[in-house]
Amino acid sequence: MSDTLTTVEQILERKSHPVVRDASVAKTHDMRDLLFELEAKGEIIVQRVPEPYFEMTTKYGRKKKIPLEHTWHHKSCGHCGHIPGYASSILWLHRQFGLDYLDPTDQTSCTGWNYYASAASNAAGQASVMARNFAAAYETGYFPLIHCGTSFGHYKEIREQLVHHKDLRDEVRRILGKMGKPLVIPEEIVHYSEWVHMMRDRIAEKQTLDMSMITATVHPACHYYKIVAEDAIYDPEIYGGQRTAVVTAMLETIGVNVADYSTWFDCCGFGFRHVLVQRDFTRSFSVLRKIETMKNEVNPDLTVTHDTGCVTSLDKSQFAAKAHDRKVGIPVLSDAQVAALAMGAHPFRVIQFHWHSTDWRPFLDKLGVNWQKYWDEFQGDLDAIRAGTKSGITWEDADAPVALTAK
Amino acid sequence: MPTTLENWNPGKAENRHPEVAYEEKERLFLEVKNDLRFSDFLYGCYECGICVATCPSARFYDFSPRVIAQSMAREDVERIYDIISEDIWNCAQCFSCVRCPRQNNPGGLVTILREVSLKNGLQETKDALQGYSRVIYKVMLKGNQVSPDMLQPDFFPDWGPWVGEFSANMQIWRKAIPMDSIRGVTDAAWRVDRKTLLELYTIWFESGNMDIIKELDEALYDLLTEVMQEELEEG
Repeated sequence: MSDTLTTVEQILERKSHPVVRDASVAKTHDMRDLLFELEAKGEIIVQRVPEPYFEMTTKYGRKKKIPLEHTWHHKSCGHCGHIPGYASSILWLHRQFGLDYLDPTDQTSCTGWNYYASAASNAAGQASVMARNFAAAYETGYFPLIHCGTSFGHYKEIREQLVHHKDLRDEVRRILGKMGKPLVIPEEIVHYSEWVHMMRDRIAEKQTLDMSMITATVHPACHYYKIVAEDAIYDPEIYGGQRTAVVTAMLETIGVNVADYSTWFDCCGFGFRHVLVQRDFTRSFSVLRKIETMKNEVNPDLTVTHDTGCVTSLDKSQFAAKAHDRKVGIPVLSDAQVAALAMGAHPFRVIQFHWHSTDWRPFLDKLGVNWQKYWDEFQGDLDAIRAGTKSGITWEDADAPVALTAK
Repeated sequence: MPTTLENWNPGKAENRHPEVAYEEKERLFLEVKNDLRFSDFLYGCYECGICVATCPSARFYDFSPRVIAQSMAREDVERIYDIISEDIWNCAQCFSCVRCPRQNNPGGLVTILREVSLKNGLQETKDALQGYSRVIYKVMLKGNQVSPDMLQPDFFPDWGPWVGEFSANMQIWRKAIPMDSIRGVTDAAWRVDRKTLLELYTIWFESGNMDIIKELDEALYDLLTEVMQEELEEG
């Protein structure tokens, strides 16, 4: 390979090789060095990634530690409020592998959605919310695993601000002092999709549902890989190392045919404020730039993403577009839900398909899943809850994998 | 108007908001410039347009992250006031624009502009956030941005008949979720400990967050303050 790219042929030849980046010449700093310096000065506590962990390669080559277990599940308000099968699928996967985790109630939302929507906060307020959650995790001994892509991106940006601005650190420490908490920053900020990515081979080992007939598109979540870009996972084997590897690598590992489309870099149209009070923008962007493009170019059975807002925008925007005869009708799931389905999770007790509005039945039909049988079973659960003979569904009801294609 | 030696003002915008004094516009700009994050978000601008090409809002609105970065770099006070009063609420905050080869963060600049606009009670910002107060109430009081009980057919008619089906079954569906932290909870995304909420309220008061709310919506401020202070006194 030539070092000097002067002709089109040389440039194309260079682009045909996967990108393997050398961390030693990366243009960004290693945040951990700065964190440990602050810890040595007594300014912060750095919560170490618990063992066992696995090292994954980030955009510029730095190895990022991803914990296997002992994780404190920093839940997403969008998941838990509007797509609960997203959160329960993440925990179900942990339970299937017998991994130790904590589902805390000493946790608030990062409040980043509100901040990006209204700016009705400030740097000190946002940093203190993050630091309070991290201190709460540290007190339990469990390591934060962030479910929401926006929380993940927001926290990475706040970590940068805290590391680079002493005034902000001092202010956050003063506020935390009111509640008797230290300023704790984890050694790594880890998104759950990185954990799913790390687990992909083990997921495939426990796979019971053949997915080879499925074509899916992937929407990479903006706040996962655009904010503090150097902290996202990349792999030379996936898109030649030019795009984040999470989601796509897992889907390919379980046999899904991942199809490419031209607007992969576009956002989903969520807009934070827009999705709540100005949804004409969200609907238009989501349908015209994402769903319809996917439909026209590859006509997938499914689109898969790894963040709260993306699932909501892409799924919920499709209904109104039908009135304008737009090409829609692609069910939307998270990577965790697809992984759980592949391993035989109950479609309604765990994956909670009924919270998704774009018709998911053709997708399950194509997989040969006898969803009606499980829907009837779930209706029996609901009847029992209504009758007061059952207080609710528990993990005892949901843990066991089911034979999804059985008649 | 023809360009003459008298009105030639290279690179700077004309005064489109004469109702606001230049000194006031300059004061707002200096508040933006003095934010501790400003120097992290702006390094100059090549005018390459990569940020515009990736920007979702640029496709549907008269909105340009490049103009924002350029205006900030030129310290074009008039143009920055136009942006504050007309543009900032169109940004989708996706941060696609941080693909900038100069490492600018136009989305971050918008965040600072929004904060300054809010703190100074600009009417355009109050208008843009009309209807949003209930979300602020929820997130500040419950520690969650959204909750199942917000999914009402009146608010989400464009999401189709699913919203009606959900709304009719919400209480039962919420009990049919295996996670202990979520099961049965309808007014928040998950069950948040009372102690945790009191700590959150402490953050809102101590960080100056409540002053921002007061500027935005005094009735909301009064409501939040009353509930939070009562809880903090009891706690």
